[in-house]
Amino acid sequence: MLPLLRTAVFSWKPSRTLSSMAGMYETTGWGKESKEGKFKPIKFQRNLPGDDDISFDMKYCGICHSDVHFANNDMGNTQYPCVPGHELAGVVTAVGKNVQGFAIGDQVGVGCIVDSCMECRSCQDSLEQFCEKGMTMTYNYETVHGHIRTNTNYTFGGYSTSQTVNKRYLVKIPKSYPLEAAGPVFCAAITMYSPLAYWKATDGGLNVGVVGIGGLGQMGVKLAKAMGNKVTAISTSPNKKDTALEIGADNFVVSTDKESVKSASDSLDLILNTVSANHQLADYLPLLRRDGTLVQLGLVMAPHTVSQFPFIMKRIKVTGSAIGGMKETQECMDFCAKHNIVPQIKLIKAHELDSVYEALGKKNDQVVRYVLDIDASK
Amino acid sequence: MADNMYEVVAWAKKSADDKFEKITIKRNLPGDDDVTFDMKYCGICHTDVHFAKNDMGNTQYPIVPGHELAGVVSAVGKNVTKFKVGDKVGVGCIVDSCMKCAACDAGDENVCENGGMTMTYANEIKHGHIATDSGYTFGGYSSSQTVNQRYLVKIADSFPLDAAGPIFCAAITMYSPLVHWKAKSGGLNVGIVGIGGLGQMGVRLAKAMGNEVTAISTSPSKEQAAREIGADKFIVSTDPESMKGGENTLDLILNTVSASHQLAAYLPLLRRNGTLVQLGLVLSDHQVQQFPLMMKRISVSGSIIGGMPETQDCMDFCAEHNIVPKVKLITASELDEVYVSLSNKNDQIIRYVLDIEASK
Repeated sequence: MLPLLRTAVFSWKPSRTLSSMAGMYETTGWGKESKEGKFKPIKFQRNLPGDDDISFDMKYCGICHSDVHFANNDMGNTQYPCVPGHELAGVVTAVGKNVQGFAIGDQVGVGCIVDSCMECRSCQDSLEQFCEKGMTMTYNYETVHGHIRTNTNYTFGGYSTSQTVNKRYLVKIPKSYPLEAAGPVFCAAITMYSPLAYWKATDGGLNVGVVGIGGLGQMGVKLAKAMGNKVTAISTSPNKKDTALEIGADNFVVSTDKESVKSASDSLDLILNTVSANHQLADYLPLLRRDGTLVQLGLVMAPHTVSQFPFIMKRIKVTGSAIGGMKETQECMDFCAKHNIVPQIKLIKAHELDSVYEALGKKNDQVVRYVLDIDASK
Repeated sequence: MADNMYEVVAWAKKSADDKFEKITIKRNLPGDDDVTFDMKYCGICHTDVHFAKNDMGNTQYPIVPGHELAGVVSAVGKNVTKFKVGDKVGVGCIVDSCMKCAACDAGDENVCENGGMTMTYANEIKHGHIATDSGYTFGGYSSSQTVNQRYLVKIADSFPLDAAGPIFCAAITMYSPLVHWKAKSGGLNVGIVGIGGLGQMGVRLAKAMGNEVTAISTSPSKEQAAREIGADKFIVSTDPESMKGGENTLDLILNTVSASHQLAAYLPLLRRNGTLVQLGLVLSDHQVQQFPLMMKRISVSGSIIGGMPETQDCMDFCAEHNIVPKVKLITASELDEVYVSLSNKNDQIIRYVLDIEASK
């Protein structure tokens, strides 16, 4: 297989020291071996790139609150060792012979999806997140569709030095876009972009609320504003007001302050709720106008207690959304590049992962997305 | 007699525990924009039962329920041009609104923004276009109604008067969300939960619009009747196998259940992007997990009757497609027993209708 690949002569060498499985190469990541364990270097194997694949050196990986949930086995289905990370950004090192449009040296990224069945109606519509046989997420998912493999049959994520993936799940990052800030576009930004598009905010003119001004929320405010909507930032933290207004919010509501909430009642057409801790969605319903929509986005484990009346009296809806398909993710990347929407990030090294996880576990009290600097962590 | 008022015979409960009895009430004489009609029939809605028992905690007694009124015009005010004496007309759940807010201007009187619409019974009279001797409204279990022409619906001559009342509550409650969620031009997979007074209208309407209809009920005994009125499929909601067979099949579910339940039970039936519309007067809370909403991008919403223009559209649609509810006529002496049976469950695909003439 090797002679058929266009490879970078100097930079990419498959390891020959570990007893590799056929068609696999060794790479290093940072992960946890148990819920209580701390982050440590972990060696594992990925598949060598096939005809439809691309390999890239990881440069940066964004840190998502979902990573914290999985690493701590909050959903009860984490396979250890767990190497999180689904906001990957790096530089292409090898391109399979069937791959068009990518070259060695290109800036590329991967988000939350690394495989899907590729045949169902959802995959055909490029809504891979709804793959009817279940998409394969970038970490912790069983490699059932066969287009990606590891030595454990579970995916390992972006807190690692290299990734190989089918071209379909790759996003091209424009040269002008800062690589260290690109990863969050493939999870945080697309998670906000997709419902903004689905609920018709892309042409502007709506009153959009964004709840939770953290990693997702900051992207939501910037995107909604760039699309031409009036944006209300909603937060439990009064101290986020200045930053929220700086990044584009027109209004700021403190959700724990009754007067603040009352002043904005019946004002919003669409609310994107990024809160990833247990909460009551009913608290936000009074902010909706008639026919308004509340979109739940965070990984929230506890059920909400909901009365039927507000829905009947105002014909409002509660719904949810999860990332977006690959075509839409590329659109989102291009939109961010065009409108200069760049997340505020803070680079960290692998040895800081435990303390960052603890901070996210409590609350994200800064309008910032933490990003793992891979080269600096090696 | 008080200024500009006239006496009307009505059937009322004087408290939550009292039985129905005949009383006399007073309504306003018709003004220039009003119409008075002799009541012939009034449909009985499960909501009437909730209000009569004070389930919402705000019922004014004596209560004269009824918001599915059908009768014959006996007087018209001088500004009224659309109606004349002898016309068949009806009134639904709305008898007044502010007439000046954005919602009223848009024909959405059901969501009037100045204090809300005035409901046909047990509601405080605040907008001034209707009056009674108690300061709150009295409903259709009475011998006459006077109302501003705006809240009147014309009933086609060809449509049976005894079956018309349910159009203005049961049918419009199903018609409005079918239109709002784009089922009117057909081609969707529509589920109707609860095959009672509302549910039967929902099945007939959804089918007439050209959708594939799944009737969903706890009662296997309703299957035959459900299919007779247009259901293509039938799911028994208490049977896990039956529910599993319906998973991921529906674009739109209209849930008419008016008793405590968990809406989450119906979410697996929805396809990606589908919507569950809650319609019944349900007083208890639902526990809702976020995951199903996120993983299939499905929505939970609600709806309440419709505005006046839409109610007239609904009446005309029913007349055009010959959608006539199955009704069972009763007299006032049977009201208490019917209320008990509705409280337990509506185990027949019918709408009970009070025969006013036979009750006098």
